[in-house]
Amino acid sequence: MTQQIDQIGLDNPDPTNSTNGSHKLSMKVNDFAIRFATVNGTGSASANNLLLKAIFRMGVPVSGKNLFPSNIQGLPTWYEIRVNGSGFTSRATSFDLVVAMNTQTYEADIASVRPGGYLIYDSSWFIPTKLLRNDITFLGIPFSTLFAEEFSESRERILMRNIGYAGAVAAAISLDTTVLSELLDETYSSNEKLRNSNHRALELGYNYAMENFHCPLPIRLEHIDSNKDKILIDGNTSTALGCIYAGATVAAWYPITPATSVAENFTKLCSRYRSETITLEDGTTEVKNNYIVLQAEDELAALAMVVGASWAGARAFTSTSGPGISLMNEILGLAYYTEIPAVIIDVQRTGPSTGMPTRVQQADIMECAYASHGDTKHILLFPADPEECFRFTAKAFDLAEHFQTPVMVLSDLDIGMNDWVVSKLDWDDNYNWDRGRVLSAEDLESIPKFYRYSDEDADFVTPRTLPGISTKGAYFNRGSGHDRFGGYTESSDSYIQVVDRLVKKHQASAKYIPAPIVETKPGARFGVITLGSCEMAVKEALYNLDQDGLALDYMRICGFPFSDDVKAFIDSHEITVVVEQNRDAQLRSLLILETGSSPDQLRSVLSYGGFPISADLVVDGLLNQLKD
Amino acid sequence: MPSIRKPLIPLAPRATNSLGLTVRDYEGSMSTLCAGCGHDSITAAIVQTFFELGTPPELIAKLSGIGCSSKTPTYFVAGAHGFNSVHGRMPPIVTGANAANRANIHIGISGDGDSLSIGTGHLVHAIRKNVNMVYIIENNGVYGLTKGQFSPTADVGSTTKRGIPNDVPPIDPVELALSLGASFVARSFSGDKKQLIPILKAAVEHHGFALIDVISPCIQFNNHQGSTKSYKYMREHELNEIDSAFLQPSEVITAELPRDSSVSITMHDGSKILFRTLPDNYDPRDRNAAVNYVSRAKANGEVPTGLLFIDQESSDIHDLNRTTEEPLITLPFKKLCPGKSELMKFQESFV
Repeated sequence: MTQQIDQIGLDNPDPTNSTNGSHKLSMKVNDFAIRFATVNGTGSASANNLLLKAIFRMGVPVSGKNLFPSNIQGLPTWYEIRVNGSGFTSRATSFDLVVAMNTQTYEADIASVRPGGYLIYDSSWFIPTKLLRNDITFLGIPFSTLFAEEFSESRERILMRNIGYAGAVAAAISLDTTVLSELLDETYSSNEKLRNSNHRALELGYNYAMENFHCPLPIRLEHIDSNKDKILIDGNTSTALGCIYAGATVAAWYPITPATSVAENFTKLCSRYRSETITLEDGTTEVKNNYIVLQAEDELAALAMVVGASWAGARAFTSTSGPGISLMNEILGLAYYTEIPAVIIDVQRTGPSTGMPTRVQQADIMECAYASHGDTKHILLFPADPEECFRFTAKAFDLAEHFQTPVMVLSDLDIGMNDWVVSKLDWDDNYNWDRGRVLSAEDLESIPKFYRYSDEDADFVTPRTLPGISTKGAYFNRGSGHDRFGGYTESSDSYIQVVDRLVKKHQASAKYIPAPIVETKPGARFGVITLGSCEMAVKEALYNLDQDGLALDYMRICGFPFSDDVKAFIDSHEITVVVEQNRDAQLRSLLILETGSSPDQLRSVLSYGGFPISADLVVDGLLNQLKD
Repeated sequence: MPSIRKPLIPLAPRATNSLGLTVRDYEGSMSTLCAGCGHDSITAAIVQTFFELGTPPELIAKLSGIGCSSKTPTYFVAGAHGFNSVHGRMPPIVTGANAANRANIHIGISGDGDSLSIGTGHLVHAIRKNVNMVYIIENNGVYGLTKGQFSPTADVGSTTKRGIPNDVPPIDPVELALSLGASFVARSFSGDKKQLIPILKAAVEHHGFALIDVISPCIQFNNHQGSTKSYKYMREHELNEIDSAFLQPSEVITAELPRDSSVSITMHDGSKILFRTLPDNYDPRDRNAAVNYVSRAKANGEVPTGLLFIDQESSDIHDLNRTTEEPLITLPFKKLCPGKSELMKFQESFV
């Protein structure tokens, strides 16, 4: 081991003192970023999650971003933790500490340490001399050697090595060991052997770091109380929970990254909340499920199942990502034109085509807004974090049934698959679902005759009926041209009458969509509009710019169609910059098309490389757009 | 599709069924298909079936895709909800509708192009899921609405109206369904109402996916010399030895049915299907026997018809899911929403 330290050229026996003094980090309490470089399929996720949750429990705002490959085992994967006492936890672009556990990516990982930062690596192996930097500190821990001695079984050794680096990091950043220890006890409460192994591994890493380095490093944690009434949750779990709370009974889906865990979580939650065990007369028990989850043959079929179920009167949804939306276009047109509710969760990933399935983008905005051939417009919701995923998803069912139309919830991979610190989810027990205008048998008795597309209300919605209720409510639902009575038509006037009402109905939904979030500053000449998961990075950028003397107004759009506030915001600023995560400025285009704003009023800051947007990128982009 | 209402002509009092309804209550609007179309005969058989079964019209949900066949749900049971969807997608729409409300009686009308070309994947998976429905393929071997292209069931060597031969092998829906484990597989001929109605009745009563392939000649584009889906060809090649009778629970098995060569199968609701004049002691519960019989007949240039296979004890989509008996659509919100206190409890593992 001594020999290996020599190999990497550290002339000081105490590695923590080996940095060039001019790059030494000043003390950073509750403000730093760590990157973990591992190989996927080695169980590093449990070590990373352990650290994230422990930091969260110390009351410090934190985020964890999993940058993983579209692969099961053997490829490089990274995990990034950003700690920020002020609550700015968008993706960091430079790292104070990098844990390099993957020799394949040493070069990039060593380069990603900020000057004056630290690198923890497995000193059982050599680091090629050409990769050494003298402006960072190398903290070598012989993980492989240490863990080979301690854990005999090879799979366990690999898994526990990861818990080992978590121990070393805990020592380095002054993570409360009681918190860590409690977490391990909770996680492995039912498996003593695993619990003991984890404790042993954690201690091994922790003690080695404590004994060999000056721990804690200048980047360190201190208990604060920022996470009161907060939870640490991923968006796909809270989306699934939103479906449960909205009363969805039918889910149809096709597996796709990064949306898979929506349906899987829904299934799990259903078995918890929707499964009844009934005791029969003979004393035997029987499980009765108050739900059905249909794994469809493809996404097109998944949405067709949702439409069938909604037509029959159930609350139904599907969850997918961009490629699924492409397939669903046909059924989206059918549901729009025949006015059948449907909720579609789109956890966006990087397109086009297969694109980068494990990377993020907000690039389905235009596709979803006008999905399907012919004149179509859909209702979209843009949650910004897991808490909004819960609320907006539940809301989506009300909107879909009230307006008898598809509603798409545009989440993304960053929100859906990463753990976020958000306000505790809340529920009003006085809430009752809005099933929209559905006529009962009694309603039908009271009217002379039922016509499907007549008798519109103030929102341009007409009453519908469900099969199985009454012959008086029977009508023929058809994707072909129909008149306001529901009959087939090839007549221009009758056709126009229906499609003109549909566009008015779409516009009427604007006032039911969550209002944009607006923050203004006195004297701000320019505005910034953004949506969804850009929120954190944009708010941090605006704070930083404000500190530098550039005050900007802020609007986060929560859905489509846009309310009048959006147009007013654009018109009240000399220039409005739209920040979004796609190449073609899709939200900006939609704003120009739908608010009538001039292209001159709107500029763009775009991030579309597949990693979550950072505050640095937004600052640079805004300065660039507003420099003249 | 265009439709014309049937004129109400005062007629002599008609027979009523157990619900006191007449056959007119099971009719729809007037067909706009070509005169002599096989599909209209199937429509008539469906009307007769539901009338005789005494099915409440409001419980019937009739769905279809796109094509001549898919127009026909307008022509039967006006009091039922109908859904004329998009090409090939009827099976997943029924799957969803049935998932939501298992109390309704779902009947899907499709064609050979709808089911075996654009929608094959959907048909296959609806069979696998054993969706409780009647699935009728009105099979004419031709795309009628687009005026005469070959469909995926056109036999090799059969010709278009202009004499161009088909050289691509057909998909046989019966063989396909048998291989997929379908729980009810039948074939009939639109010109043979006597055979079709008992099959339809059994299909409605069947608990699971009931596929009926009905050869239905296209009078305009596939009824010529050289077609293997013409009236003439079918009358010459139909092999309808596997005859069956459907008996409702209330009916008594009459002596006129030859008991010595029959197999009686009891359905879910106690109704019975009685098979008679069985070739080689044909047992419709034996899937392998059905597969062999169908392929042997085919090799001889024959079209075997009748109820070819039935598994009367199959588990349908809801049995497999253990869905509650009550239709999901009637579950009250209070039962579905776990409420605030559960939400707080749930979040304990997220802190």
